[in-house]
Amino acid sequence: MGKTISEKILSNHAARELRAGDVAICNVDFCFGQDGTSSIIIDSFRKLGVKQVFDRSKFRMIIDHSAPSPNIGVSEIHKKMRTFARTFDVGLYDIGCGVCHQLVPQKGHVTCGDLVLGADSHTCTYGAINVFSTGVGSTDLAITLASGKNWFRVPETIKVIVKGKLPKGVYSKDVVLNIIKDIGANGATYKAVEFYGEAITAMSVDARLTISNMAVEMGAKAGLMEADEKVLKWVKGRSSKVPHPVSADVDAKYVAVRTYDVSKLAPQVAKPHAVDNVSDVTGLAGVKIDQAYVGTCTNGRLEDLEAAAKILKGRSVHPEVKFIIAPASREIYLEAARKGLVETFVKSGCTVVAPGCGPCVGTHNGALADGEVAISTANRNFKGRMGNPNSFIYLASPVTVAASAIAGRITDPREHKARL
Amino acid sequence: MKHYARRLKVQDNVNTDYVISGRYKFKIQDPKELAKHIFEDIDPDFAARVMKGDILVAGENFGCGSSREQAPQAIRSAGFYAVAAKSFARIFYRNAFNLGLILVECDTDFIDDGDELELDIEKGKLKDRAKGLVFDTKPIPSVMKRLLRDGGVVEHFKKYGGFKFD
Repeated sequence: MGKTISEKILSNHAARELRAGDVAICNVDFCFGQDGTSSIIIDSFRKLGVKQVFDRSKFRMIIDHSAPSPNIGVSEIHKKMRTFARTFDVGLYDIGCGVCHQLVPQKGHVTCGDLVLGADSHTCTYGAINVFSTGVGSTDLAITLASGKNWFRVPETIKVIVKGKLPKGVYSKDVVLNIIKDIGANGATYKAVEFYGEAITAMSVDARLTISNMAVEMGAKAGLMEADEKVLKWVKGRSSKVPHPVSADVDAKYVAVRTYDVSKLAPQVAKPHAVDNVSDVTGLAGVKIDQAYVGTCTNGRLEDLEAAAKILKGRSVHPEVKFIIAPASREIYLEAARKGLVETFVKSGCTVVAPGCGPCVGTHNGALADGEVAISTANRNFKGRMGNPNSFIYLASPVTVAASAIAGRITDPREHKARL
Repeated sequence: MKHYARRLKVQDNVNTDYVISGRYKFKIQDPKELAKHIFEDIDPDFAARVMKGDILVAGENFGCGSSREQAPQAIRSAGFYAVAAKSFARIFYRNAFNLGLILVECDTDFIDDGDELELDIEKGKLKDRAKGLVFDTKPIPSVMKRLLRDGGVVEHFKKYGGFKFD
């Protein structure tokens, strides 16, 4: 019987043959924490009583969730991270560098075949570049920081095949929202998902990252894809590490196989207050919005900003809408400036904030007021997520968000045919 | 030992944002202070009802979403002895046992808020004394049992200088 990608990558890191269900101690290639989780990483690391980190080149701290700091409490956490980084001589990406899930692959810290842990649930993002990466809590991360290892239960795998050619105005965000609608918030808990099919192959690597990013919204431990030529070119252009691409065997064992045909898919929107509460945009057109947001580890990359800018160019954001843009990294911000996208945003009336998580976690950059409605490119719309339990969050693609921001209500982006 | 059920009104998919909101966890580092705000966004009076030794009762996929360890930490600091749910999300599951918080998976549909409960981890039984019902809990994986016995993952690691599961 053949093996899945998860079984192979975890076997390679345990130096023994593993199958789904096995528990093993594995060597970890890279790990990191962000400013919502690093304070406890530091506390737990100190409790372990070790003298140094296992390998200073394989760990980073990233200040992205509330950056720049909005209050004294957060400033103290940031200071604690900077002090730790200096004391143990480890790298830190400070405010303005970007979102952890953009920086980790973009800065070349990971490559195909790696095993990666992050103290953030969306660490599954790099599955798109053939990395087994998964989120853990702070104390688990501290254990890895001290020892270079952690224990893993090898997950069973669901195979997802995405067939067909995406219609105009429909993007990888719509594809993943549609899959989550079908599988449900709990449908892949404890499991890995492997994504295949011509629709995936046709996507850019950046678009694929959006899909793997949201694997955790079905409960999955990892959202994996094979390394094709596009992926190899992408990682070789960013990382000096040698890639070890891992493919599943043809006779690998899957707990389920699900096939989707996206050739007639409409733009998708997740409604409050659950990510799997998804509808076609057509059924929601007309819902009045107060805020729009393009950014995050899901959709803050260059092609996302380009797609939003194309809809906005030469037009104004609706006077009753606050439109916030957060590029996913400093490099993306710079590139967006060079290409004139930042100028388009600013002229349209958008507010461009520092690279980082932006208002996604509700700590800064645009918390919602009571009764307000937001449409966002983020990955979560839980009650209170954007800072107020009495507000409402819809999730969609950058293009749907931009079209909605102009109209002041949820809008089908296909109304702007010439700009797609 | 007597425990009382504290049942959440929202049954399934209670995420860690609901356990402790991001607007608190980013600025408050003291677990006792955080515990005052647990489940505030879905049940504002919840924290005030919790008594030491209570068992938190929930539905499917408890603890989904964010990896924040402040979630199990705040549940423990609020005074909970254990959490009983139909199922748990995986990051929360690891985090809880790492901190020494007991999680049991069983049918929770028939347990009402305030019921007196008795949990026997060794036998794998959760008894609802108010209703005279006994529920079988799913066996706790041996790795998790080991972590609980050692008082959490930090103590386990310090005791053996690494992992020791055999």
